[in-house]
Amino acid sequence: MSETRFHSVKDLPSARLLGTGTPMCAGCGGLQALHQIYNLLGGRSVFVNAAGCMTLLSVYPFTPFRGSWLYTAMASAPAGAQGVRDALDILIAQGRMPPEEDLQVVALTGDGSAYGMGLSATSGAIERELDFLYIVYDNEGYGNTGQQTSPATPHGARTATCRGPGGFAGEKKDLFAIWCAHKPAYAATLVGAEPLDLARKVETALSIKGPRLLLALAPCPTGWDFDPRHTVEIGKLAVKTGLWPLKEYREGRVVHTKPPMRRVPVERYLETQGRFRHLFEPTRRDDRIAEIQARVDAYWEAVAP
Amino acid sequence: MTGMLLTGNAAVARGARLARVDYVPAFPITPQTEIIEALAGWIESGDMLGRWVTLESEHAMLTAAGAAAATGVRVFTATSSQGLLYAMEMLYTVAGWRAPFVLANVSRGLATPITLEPDHNDILAARDCGFLQIHCATCQEVLDNLPIAYRVAEDPRVRLPVIVNLDGFYLSFTREPVVLPEPQEVDAFLPPFEARDIRFRASQPESQAVAVLGGGPYSYFRYETHLAARNGLQVYAEAGAEWGERFGRVYDVLDLYRSEDAEICFVMIGSFATKAMAAVDALRAAGRRVGLVRPRLLRPFPAEALRQALVGKRGVAVVDQNLSFGFGGVLHGELCSALYGLADAPILLSFIGGLGGRDIAQSELFEMARLAAAADRGEAPPPRLLYTQEELREVRKLQTLAHAERNRLEDPGS
Ligand SMILES: Cc1ncc(C[n+]2csc(CCOP(=O)(O)OP(=O)(O)O)c2C)c(N)n1
Ligand code: SF4
Repeated sequence: MSETRFHSVKDLPSARLLGTGTPMCAGCGGLQALHQIYNLLGGRSVFVNAAGCMTLLSVYPFTPFRGSWLYTAMASAPAGAQGVRDALDILIAQGRMPPEEDLQVVALTGDGSAYGMGLSATSGAIERELDFLYIVYDNEGYGNTGQQTSPATPHGARTATCRGPGGFAGEKKDLFAIWCAHKPAYAATLVGAEPLDLARKVETALSIKGPRLLLALAPCPTGWDFDPRHTVEIGKLAVKTGLWPLKEYREGRVVHTKPPMRRVPVERYLETQGRFRHLFEPTRRDDRIAEIQARVDAYWEAVAP
Repeated sequence: MTGMLLTGNAAVARGARLARVDYVPAFPITPQTEIIEALAGWIESGDMLGRWVTLESEHAMLTAAGAAAATGVRVFTATSSQGLLYAMEMLYTVAGWRAPFVLANVSRGLATPITLEPDHNDILAARDCGFLQIHCATCQEVLDNLPIAYRVAEDPRVRLPVIVNLDGFYLSFTREPVVLPEPQEVDAFLPPFEARDIRFRASQPESQAVAVLGGGPYSYFRYETHLAARNGLQVYAEAGAEWGERFGRVYDVLDLYRSEDAEICFVMIGSFATKAMAAVDALRAAGRRVGLVRPRLLRPFPAEALRQALVGKRGVAVVDQNLSFGFGGVLHGELCSALYGLADAPILLSFIGGLGGRDIAQSELFEMARLAAAADRGEAPPPRLLYTQEELREVRKLQTLAHAERNRLEDPGS
């Protein structure tokens, strides 16, 4: 990333390309990341969207996008991207469309779609080396339907379908690793609370062709139960605690782009959100917190050079 | 024009090639595979321009097909049975996009029990999704209706996807003599696809299929689609007439066979109707005034044409190769609604047959005609399943054999 044009936050775009006034919740971390990505991506793009919160960004007859938009279905946004990309290539190859009219084809989905229902379509698209950008806003649950457990829900979180004192007993699926196993052109994790890291990754992704993942942790005031003003703080804590490793995959290598130098204890992150309240009240569950801490420690021990 | 012996599947592939399709997203399923293999072969060898891609499912295949059509290229794809149902969500979705392309469905019975052989429950499950449906009876009709289907799909009055349906095995794998039109003559009939307002371009941002809030805008889009689908009747008739002028084979929304002066009519769709034509000829030879009315379009439903063809008849035997459980035949139900309230409406007898590829014998068609002639006016008998005592005995025998076999395995000493 030596050739980046983003050296400090002052270098980030100041103009906002995505229109305001959407029906997203106040403080939506997914929308925050999308704003930043769109500022760099711009309107020469077509979003192929799967059912989820962001489906309501465009409500007929309005849209906040300067570029194009196509709603598909929860399971098949990457397949929609395939159809659009192939058609654009055909039109250009046949001289029926000048190359200047070409578009960046983008899939936009939530985690439920990306980690679960749409995974077969994603796997197929990467395997076919589809030239597309796949933005996932990971709010760690089926957000649009009320934050039920999704394949991205972290261990211990309370969701609408896991209300018990233990929270979700399973593990968050490792979508980044699943992508890497497919040998994509690029994959990166990011978060709106770290705009410089995000911008560099978007810049890199836009300079490459092929299947490219931008996986953004999306602090979700509604589903995670916190005050909307804490979105940035929670996003930063996710990185500082080591719970959300910022990394990228390129040419067969995974690089951590912002490893937390001295990791903050995970409880600092957990205590900010209602979905983990049962770990602190009515009695503090040190065992469970230690368990989550141990998973994070094990991750960083394994990746340490 | 040249003549060739072609299977129904090969006729589909030839028709798609004559329509100069740009893009073929595919996924295999019996009995459709021959279609996609033929197209893959031609594209691979350079005999046909176009791009080929194998998707990972029919759900994805229909998504890619609709998305490419919405971006402005001519798309063809094909499926059958379970594949059509697996794609069902996307059938509704891409029709909602008003993406004009053609899907060939090679009809096959639905699981469970799983079978490879044909009936019409698959295609009728897709009755209400917004695709128009053309049902073919011969390989020639299959081939000719591919370019016609593109004309209908792409017509600004319609702008909807179209399914061309043919029966698995009975048409898909039966070779018939087919006349192949010259490509340039088909080009004159079918100009290149102009996507106009629905395409994606950098200079022309478009939002397609965005969410709506409230029933008002939703109803607006649904009703627009309904009106467009209804226009399909007129547009099909025009395209079919023009095809007739150019190639000598006219296609209308109904195929009428010796029905004008008939007292008794069969109504059925698909290739089994050719068996009914043979029965009509035999019955006519015996002095009975019998005919056949075969709808080519099921969506839009040619209700007015059916009224004209059937009102005043004495009896009508509707043969459904489908079964809507707890109801009966879908086609029969649709005809009842088309004829409801008309003073001189004929009595409609409902027969369910040809399920999972079961044959419909000539003797059964004769019996249906006899029952229709004898039908008491005003009283509609319940639907009857074409199934013989012999067939029942055969199943019972197999069950007994399997049972005995299992006992033998469990008790090897006996
Ligand atoms: C086939 C299908 N099943 C269920 C739904 C209902 N549904 C709409 S949005 C949604 C949640 C999607 O979750 P996610 O992909 O994480 O996106 P988010 O809602 O969090 O933005 C569900 C289950 C649907 N639209 N389609
Ligand atoms: S539910 Fe969460 S992810 Fe969805 S719009 Fe609201 S804050 Fe954003």
